[in-house]
Amino acid sequence: MKALVFHRNVPKYAAAMVAGSLLPGSGAKVGPLRLEDVDIPDLPGPDWRYVKPRLTGICGSDLSTIDGTSSRYFDPIVSFPFTPGHEIVADLVDAGAESKKAEPDGTNRVVIEPVLGCVTRNISPVCGACAAGDLGNCEHIAFGDLQPGLQCGFCADTGGGWSTMMVAHPSQIHDVPATMSDEAAVMVEPAACAVHGALAAGICAGDTVVVLGSGTLGLLTMAAVRRYTRAGTVIAVAKHPVQRHFASDLGADVVVEPGELPRAVRRVTGTMALGDGTITRLTGGADVVIDCVGSEASLADSLAVVKPRGRITMVGMPGRVEVDLTGLWQREINLVGAYAYGTETVTDDRGEAERRRTFDLAFELVQANDLGRLVSATYPLGRYSDAMIHAAAAGSRGSVKIAFDLRGEKERGRL
Amino acid sequence: MPRPGFVLDVDRSTPPILFHHGEGFRLEKLPADRSRIIYPAEPLEPLDDIEGSIRRALLNPIGDQKPLPELLFPGMRLTIAFDDISLPLPQMKSPDIRQRVIEQVLDHAAAAGVDDVHLIAALALHRRMTEDELRHAVGDRVYEAFAPSGALYNHDAEDPDNLVEVGTTDKGEIVEINKRAAESDLLIYVNINLVAMDGGWKSTAIGLASYKSIKYHHNVHTMRHSTSFMDREKSELHSSTWRMGHVLRDAGINIFQIETTMNNNVFGTEGPMSVLQKREWEWNPRDRATFLAMKAGLDRMPARSKRKVFQSWRAPHQMTSVQAGEVEAVHEITTANVYAQHLVPVEGQTDIMTMGLPYIGPYNVNSILNPILVMCLGLGYFFNLYKGRPLVRQGGVLIMSHPTPWEFHPVHHPSYIDFFEQVLADTTDPKVIEETYEKQFAEDDWYRHLYRTSYAYHGVHPFYMWYWGAHALEHLGRVIVVGGNEKAVRRLGFQPASTLTDALEMASDVVGRDASITHFHNPPVLMADVT
Repeated sequence: MKALVFHRNVPKYAAAMVAGSLLPGSGAKVGPLRLEDVDIPDLPGPDWRYVKPRLTGICGSDLSTIDGTSSRYFDPIVSFPFTPGHEIVADLVDAGAESKKAEPDGTNRVVIEPVLGCVTRNISPVCGACAAGDLGNCEHIAFGDLQPGLQCGFCADTGGGWSTMMVAHPSQIHDVPATMSDEAAVMVEPAACAVHGALAAGICAGDTVVVLGSGTLGLLTMAAVRRYTRAGTVIAVAKHPVQRHFASDLGADVVVEPGELPRAVRRVTGTMALGDGTITRLTGGADVVIDCVGSEASLADSLAVVKPRGRITMVGMPGRVEVDLTGLWQREINLVGAYAYGTETVTDDRGEAERRRTFDLAFELVQANDLGRLVSATYPLGRYSDAMIHAAAAGSRGSVKIAFDLRGEKERGRL
Repeated sequence: MPRPGFVLDVDRSTPPILFHHGEGFRLEKLPADRSRIIYPAEPLEPLDDIEGSIRRALLNPIGDQKPLPELLFPGMRLTIAFDDISLPLPQMKSPDIRQRVIEQVLDHAAAAGVDDVHLIAALALHRRMTEDELRHAVGDRVYEAFAPSGALYNHDAEDPDNLVEVGTTDKGEIVEINKRAAESDLLIYVNINLVAMDGGWKSTAIGLASYKSIKYHHNVHTMRHSTSFMDREKSELHSSTWRMGHVLRDAGINIFQIETTMNNNVFGTEGPMSVLQKREWEWNPRDRATFLAMKAGLDRMPARSKRKVFQSWRAPHQMTSVQAGEVEAVHEITTANVYAQHLVPVEGQTDIMTMGLPYIGPYNVNSILNPILVMCLGLGYFFNLYKGRPLVRQGGVLIMSHPTPWEFHPVHHPSYIDFFEQVLADTTDPKVIEETYEKQFAEDDWYRHLYRTSYAYHGVHPFYMWYWGAHALEHLGRVIVVGGNEKAVRRLGFQPASTLTDALEMASDVVGRDASITHFHNPPVLMADVT
């Protein structure tokens, strides 16, 4: 079968880093990612199923990997070689070896929840986080029956969505309603990240919230903030016209360009500022900042515009950054991370709380906001280099989500 | 004998015409046989004896007012208010008119044994004047005598302890002005009447007022019903201000109004700038060489340096009249004297009005003409410099030339930055802007703090700039900016064009291909009397 495979290859990784620094996304051309004919992965256990990806998104974390900029932090929690791709809508192959050769008719579509927690690793008893439903916090992501890997798409045993076939545990499989398009379904996984981020941000009724970044994750977070919290004014930071359009459409009250953020927060909150007309520092700020970028600059911006004792939630994947934390100390700012998903506590209008799986909430979010429209372009696997460059420059090219379209891959029907 | 202003019909022999373009210039060839140019009058002769004229004005008041010496007595509270940095334009060579008048007033006060004297820069919601600017306006001698003891200062429209509500007009407009001025035994106002809008009750009822009071006339409705605000008889702005002035008068505030007018001698008769005051077909080879050298130099100069050069220019314009006494009687004469310099008879309206915007307007002295001020200068001031009918017809096109940089002076115009980034990104409709955003900006604590303690225009000021152009926005079919920053021009809601030819082509979509064109050759200031 065809798969994009990422090998452990230090020289090529270094080459990708150089290429990516010159033209984001171009690490795919010179780095350790290759399109290969590979064997179909073995089923890791009796319950596991084969799935044939239909659409698989390209995520910011994928781009970091391809361009060699992701943190060494991940080294012990991934296993090589792996096939990337964790934003997946796929056809569920019927149980039984023969049936997986047939071309699926699209009536049994599923979305994969890629986190590889205790259950998928056949670990019993499960860790405390998994027992609580917080799969993203699983303490066993390098143990059990599977090789290390925080998610499929980073694990050598499971395969990934950038291929024509992979495996999934039943606990990872979510049925896709017949009325939902593939484009909408492929947005469920990133939407789940956004829902988790929005709910992890601790937003109270009426809070002023900044959503920093309006790429896919930022826009989905904007939608999630509006659907699942009672935020007051929401300020979105967007660089490009397409992002400004969607940010506003998905519920931002104020949409500003990156350089305009401190003034916008000051205007909305009415806080005082230091500086003689030019803002050198806000004395107050936003109640909550959700950083959907994860860069040095975005963290600095977050710290600059959050109020004393406010909360910054990092939803975008950061790496090594250098940032002055004096303000965090002096203003007693809470800086927290929000990774992946699991189970959320949501409160309804009557104030009653219930625990729901993040993916269920994400399905609702995608359908309610017609988020399939964020899929701007798709590529076949063979054009993966072009796909990466497009994804890395999505905003400036008027796009949001770039995905691989596996539905037309020839090998798909031969498996 | 100075030549009056006139209208030139453009033919094939007409040379390229000067367009001011911020801190630079353009020479533009206007289409023959359908274009005309309105030229300002040459500078009127200044008064021969300025000191003597001031003295006579103070001793021979006009209207129902006593000579100044009779109004002064020991133990009285005397307040002298004067126009702020927005007048005149450009700043004049020393000694400033205000200094000359104030020095004579103070001589009379000293002679009468008056020692409780305050001098207040009547800046309304404008920025505070710096020490250097105050020194230039009133002179070093006056500054040294009063500023150190705190008796010379800027009006503060946000100081609740120093404002007093004097009354309400029959239209329900609250009149609140500077407490010291209102409670003085005599309030003397020293004015410079650069354009017909200035002076009269506007001096005290606006210059010394608070936001609470000013908002009754600085609004979209008033500005749309001021056609134009340069023509007091047809200006709702002035009607409101006059009503407020009557409240001041009826409350017993004794006002001694001193108004002055100036001639059009902005660029002088000598030196490289003098060519800007000549009509193009009268340029001699030396003028042409001077202009081209100046233009070439400016084109190569960094923007900051150009700004410094232009802002340091002190104009040689001089006083053409001074009159003192009762406000309205004084102002009648003042207005006639302003018209004598500025009015140019023009027959009929035009389809397309062109103008070159210079580097300066009332609100960017020693500062930056930011995009909002570009709009205000073009659609507020220049468009409204008419009597009778607008120079351009309803639905016509205004083409203005200015680089329109996306640039703001953060100290002077902090709320302008936010207005540009937030408000204009949302809408350019003055009414929507007023209803949606004005209150937030007007009551913002940070803007208030900067207005009161730094050198910032009041938070609401950019709104007023936009309202100033509300009549033009409603009247015009399209506004095109030649040579402007494309992004900034679009944010203003206007169309950018790289050349005048392109702009005329774009205008033809609105007014047709053979549309008439009128170039408003300003500065020096002119006012079109359109029949």
